[in-house]
Amino acid sequence: MQIYVCIKHVPDSAANISIIGKNSIDENVNFLLNPYDEHALTEAARIKNNLPGTEVIAVCLGKADAEKTLRSALAMGADRGILIAKEKNYDSRVTALALKAAIEHDGKPGLIFTGKESIDEGGMQTMFRIGALFDFPVATNVVKLDIEADRAVVVCELSGGITHTYEMSLPCVMGTGRGLNTPRYPTFPDVVKSKKKPVQKIAFTDLNIKVSLAGMRVIELKPLYQARQPKEIKGDATVVAKELIRILKQEAKVL
Amino acid sequence: MKNIGVIIELDKGRVKEANLGMITLARAKDVKLFAFVLDKQAISVKAVLESFGITTIVEICLAKDQQNNPATRAKAMINAIKKFNISMVFGLCTAMGKDFLPRMAALLDAPLVMDCFFVDLEQKTARTYQYSGKTIATIQLSGQTLLFGIRPNAIEPVKAQEKARILKFDSSHVFAGGLRVIKSGGAEKSTAINLAEADVIIAGGRGMKNSENFNILFQCASKINAAVGASRVAVDSGWVPYSMQVGQTGEKVSPKVYIACGISGSIQHFAGMKTSGMIIAINTDENASILSNCDYYVKKDALEIIPVLTRILDNG
Repeated sequence: MQIYVCIKHVPDSAANISIIGKNSIDENVNFLLNPYDEHALTEAARIKNNLPGTEVIAVCLGKADAEKTLRSALAMGADRGILIAKEKNYDSRVTALALKAAIEHDGKPGLIFTGKESIDEGGMQTMFRIGALFDFPVATNVVKLDIEADRAVVVCELSGGITHTYEMSLPCVMGTGRGLNTPRYPTFPDVVKSKKKPVQKIAFTDLNIKVSLAGMRVIELKPLYQARQPKEIKGDATVVAKELIRILKQEAKVL
Repeated sequence: MKNIGVIIELDKGRVKEANLGMITLARAKDVKLFAFVLDKQAISVKAVLESFGITTIVEICLAKDQQNNPATRAKAMINAIKKFNISMVFGLCTAMGKDFLPRMAALLDAPLVMDCFFVDLEQKTARTYQYSGKTIATIQLSGQTLLFGIRPNAIEPVKAQEKARILKFDSSHVFAGGLRVIKSGGAEKSTAINLAEADVIIAGGRGMKNSENFNILFQCASKINAAVGASRVAVDSGWVPYSMQVGQTGEKVSPKVYIACGISGSIQHFAGMKTSGMIIAINTDENASILSNCDYYVKKDALEIIPVLTRILDNG
């Protein structure tokens, strides 16, 4: 089986984001593998261990420096990588088209993974668009996964601990959530090995994707400032508790 | 005249509070507001929906065994969108919405912005947070049908009385291949208030020290009708389940009040709760970064303060 793991090269959540012009960020910050994608790679590696003959391919639509992130994916267990090199940013519709085209060109997917969302734009939809393009079933926020002969049994988490268990035909697409596994971070030998693994580069323009006018476009980006003025509540526990109740009642009006 | 559709989320047969702000946002002059109900309870929710300006309630009738299949629901819903010429669709960006709205957008090949806290119906733009809550993005949508996932609690509900008719939309023949629901529900704490939709959240972090101490938060939460959240440290230590995590890689919340107990306030935690109305921090560590980015703080141990708070609330 071939497992394709779609990964994203995103700014580190700890990075300071500064805005350039009207609608872009200064990309001169540390970028890394989207945290949810780590669960996808770890799960793919686990399946490969149980199913000899499985190949794990990491696919990334990114600018040239995304190769670094692709190498991290190889160090986490992917066998090889495909970098679809782009010059500018696209919305999730175009992203799904590009990933689909690259995967289809490369092989026969048995499973396609993505993270359940990316921490930069948080669109939460690319997995569904890939699924619709292939006509494969899709599940998101997958926290448990069992692959059987011709089906997958997945547990998806809703909020408040409520879960849904789905049976899906293969091939299928899955958005991985926290709780699925504990990411297996690469050891030094893994990193060394990852440097020798093949990465194929495809130009986005070679995929002949028709970029239509319909879609989503960021027209303005503004920093979110916080203007909170912290006030200390002093006194013993009883005084503090009474003051908290007053605040909840009179100021926040939630009691 | 534009037709706008709002997908109503029910909880035990009642219209969830968060729908009302969403309906308020979708309302405008020259707009016909449709409410879509997929759970066969249109009559019982008619009064509340029409008091917020809904004029047509469409009850989508699914086959019994497809009732909770998100793929079937999405298919039936897009048939209804086409049938009633809906140009904009609003749904809640809840756990259920995250498994439903993108399915619809994908099947329609239509644009969708999730986690919107504002939508401009004229300009066809939506506002959402990007880059771990560090920026506000205004996104232009273009296409025949536009979809919006609305952050619960982001909009204050305002009433507008109308009279609504109920239409049935038979979708009992709709069936999604490839995905079958084997089991649903199975809540660990079914009485727990949903994090994303709660007005008040009381959350614990490293300072809670262990799993048992979280009971202190649950006891207090039941007195103030709050949901209980947790920081990454607390879930990674196995004290509480992942579903309780607030932050970058957890739930993004906007309650009216967020009470952080023993949480230092990392950038990643703030990414999930910085849009809270009021932040109250209880932390013994005076260098905790949350103390300089909140509305009220107490430099004491939450394990000492919260039980006293619960006791006073108990005695009226």
